[in-house]
Amino acid sequence: MKINRRIFLTAAAALTALQVTSLYAADKVTMGFIYVGPKDDYGYNQAHAEGCAGVQKLSWVKGVEEASVAETTAVQETMRNMINLDGAQVIFPTSFGYFDPHILKVAKQYPKVQFLHCGGMYTEGKHPANVGSYFGYIDEAVYVSGVVAGHATKSGKLGFIAAKPIPQVLRNINAFTLGARSANPKATVQVIFTGDWSMPVKEAEAATSLINQGVDVLTCHVDSPKVILETAERRGIYVCGYHADGSKLAPKGYLTGGEWNWSKVYTDYAEKVKAGKSLMAGTIPHLVRGGLKEGFVKCSNYGPAVDESAKKDAEAAKAKFMDGTMVIFKGPLKDNAGKEIIPSGKEYKQQDLELESMGWLVEGVLGSTKS
Amino acid sequence: MNAESIGWWGVPIGILAGAIRGGTPFLLVSLGECLTEKSGKINLGLEGVLLMGAMTAYAISYKSGSPWVGVMAAGIAGAVLGSIHAFLVSRPKVNDIAAGIAMLLFGTGFAFYLGKPFIQPSAPQLPGISLGGWSHLPQIAAALKISPLFVLGVIIAFIMRWVFRSTRWGMQVRAVGDSPAAARAMGVSVSKTRFICIVAGSAMGGIGGAHLSLFYPGAWTEAISSGQGLMAVALVIFARWNPVQCLWASLLFGGAQAVGPSLQAVGINTGYYLWNASPYVLTLLVMIITCSNKRTLAGAPGALGAGS
Repeated sequence: MKINRRIFLTAAAALTALQVTSLYAADKVTMGFIYVGPKDDYGYNQAHAEGCAGVQKLSWVKGVEEASVAETTAVQETMRNMINLDGAQVIFPTSFGYFDPHILKVAKQYPKVQFLHCGGMYTEGKHPANVGSYFGYIDEAVYVSGVVAGHATKSGKLGFIAAKPIPQVLRNINAFTLGARSANPKATVQVIFTGDWSMPVKEAEAATSLINQGVDVLTCHVDSPKVILETAERRGIYVCGYHADGSKLAPKGYLTGGEWNWSKVYTDYAEKVKAGKSLMAGTIPHLVRGGLKEGFVKCSNYGPAVDESAKKDAEAAKAKFMDGTMVIFKGPLKDNAGKEIIPSGKEYKQQDLELESMGWLVEGVLGSTKS
Repeated sequence: MNAESIGWWGVPIGILAGAIRGGTPFLLVSLGECLTEKSGKINLGLEGVLLMGAMTAYAISYKSGSPWVGVMAAGIAGAVLGSIHAFLVSRPKVNDIAAGIAMLLFGTGFAFYLGKPFIQPSAPQLPGISLGGWSHLPQIAAALKISPLFVLGVIIAFIMRWVFRSTRWGMQVRAVGDSPAAARAMGVSVSKTRFICIVAGSAMGGIGGAHLSLFYPGAWTEAISSGQGLMAVALVIFARWNPVQCLWASLLFGGAQAVGPSLQAVGINTGYYLWNASPYVLTLLVMIITCSNKRTLAGAPGALGAGS
């Protein structure tokens, strides 16, 4: 085809028209989501991808996703591409390790784009104004898992396979233990740290070792609980899920589990952005938190092995979370070295930032935060 | 449901069981690498082959319903990747290490790309061979449930030793690896022999991947290999290119993987990062001990890394 004047003019006109339509489309909210692993891992990333799918049900939201992005400069590239090529106005880099230095660096370069990080690393005043943080009090759902686990165990030995001894993980271990000991005061929780978020061979090895030690209920805090759920089911013990509903992987042994409900959180953000609110103007809060009551997290449906008394206690705990009277971390509370960490009469509410820098394990946990 | 605890016995049992379970991929990959290196070429792409094998085995097992078909498909996938590598390194002036790294990246990326839809479904698993029926302890029974692919690996190890020692074909492979010029003078086709060795070696690597996704840990995820394919290459040096020693070395590396978790399970919490790193530390130690610029390694094929 020879490019003559007419074709050139038509093409130019078409391009202009495209430009105009994209200007008109500006009232669409474009949100970018970045995951550290695959989108269907039965875990952390799947929970976020489900949140993205949920918010995209709104006709005026355009979701852009990229999975398996490493916590390196790769994530900076992804963020820039989402901003420059897709026109993302809000970006959700969901992994813990994306924050420092990657989000901080890109956020300074694009002061008009909002960056919302999942986790507790944002500090007011220290970090850029267009950065915020959101997280759910999933320890509430994990506490409920603990109550059910405490009822289900016969040996009184529970196992917790965790990735790294960071505050969010320790908080779940402690909540699980406190929940279990509320049902069975003699229960202990043996912790194994695998050292990283996704170590399938080590997770299987850890699960096997714990089961060999007589542990009969397992739970975990790793990116994808799949291998642990399957190993537990194969060895015929009970298991509590984490991140997403894993009951399909352990149809016999699945008790319950803590799940995220990110579609609610993302929808809230989308509506605020559409209404013209922003972090920079201070109309979107920099810290957004919520638990069972706010609908940020939920509990999996009970598995077939959960008996009536366990359900009753678990439902009672849930009800107290829903009406806001439940406090997980309250005095007198000792750590597992016997030192008093919360004196009698003192309570840490969920919103207390003290809990987001937790460095101790409660009495009843067998394990240590030291590496 | 077992309420019995085996306490400290959990550590040796865990290491033993871990050696067999975790050592199987090391075994199959190192045997494949051993065969490849005996013919005078290095295939660093076996890490990619391992992942490709794991993904293919899982996908085909899920689609066909038969794990054995999955194992076969993993072998074929390995052979296909191997034939690409074999073709590349048979060209003049192609460096086999560089080509291997390219194959590693290609195999890994390709497996991740094709494997996306198979992360979530559960595929039928390979049945274990129970050798622990004599024990009333469920821990021992579980520890002695052995992967059929481990048995396959042990058989291949002994067959390979016999082939290298006492068969005409095995001698030809050794001749090609030690002195291609002499082999050529004997009338042996160097390029054909190397092609067959690389393809067969990669097929074994693929089957090693099938063990990961269809037996232990028994799932397809992108982090499933965590460098085991590369460690197996170091392991071949450690085993001095001897297939039966590859077996012992694989058991050692597999056992090292299990040390960290089993110690934590009995309440030893200090230094778990160090214990978890033990397979890698072991690899480094092997490299340091075996590397010397004063002498060549005993048992190393003469043409290895010589570019001829």
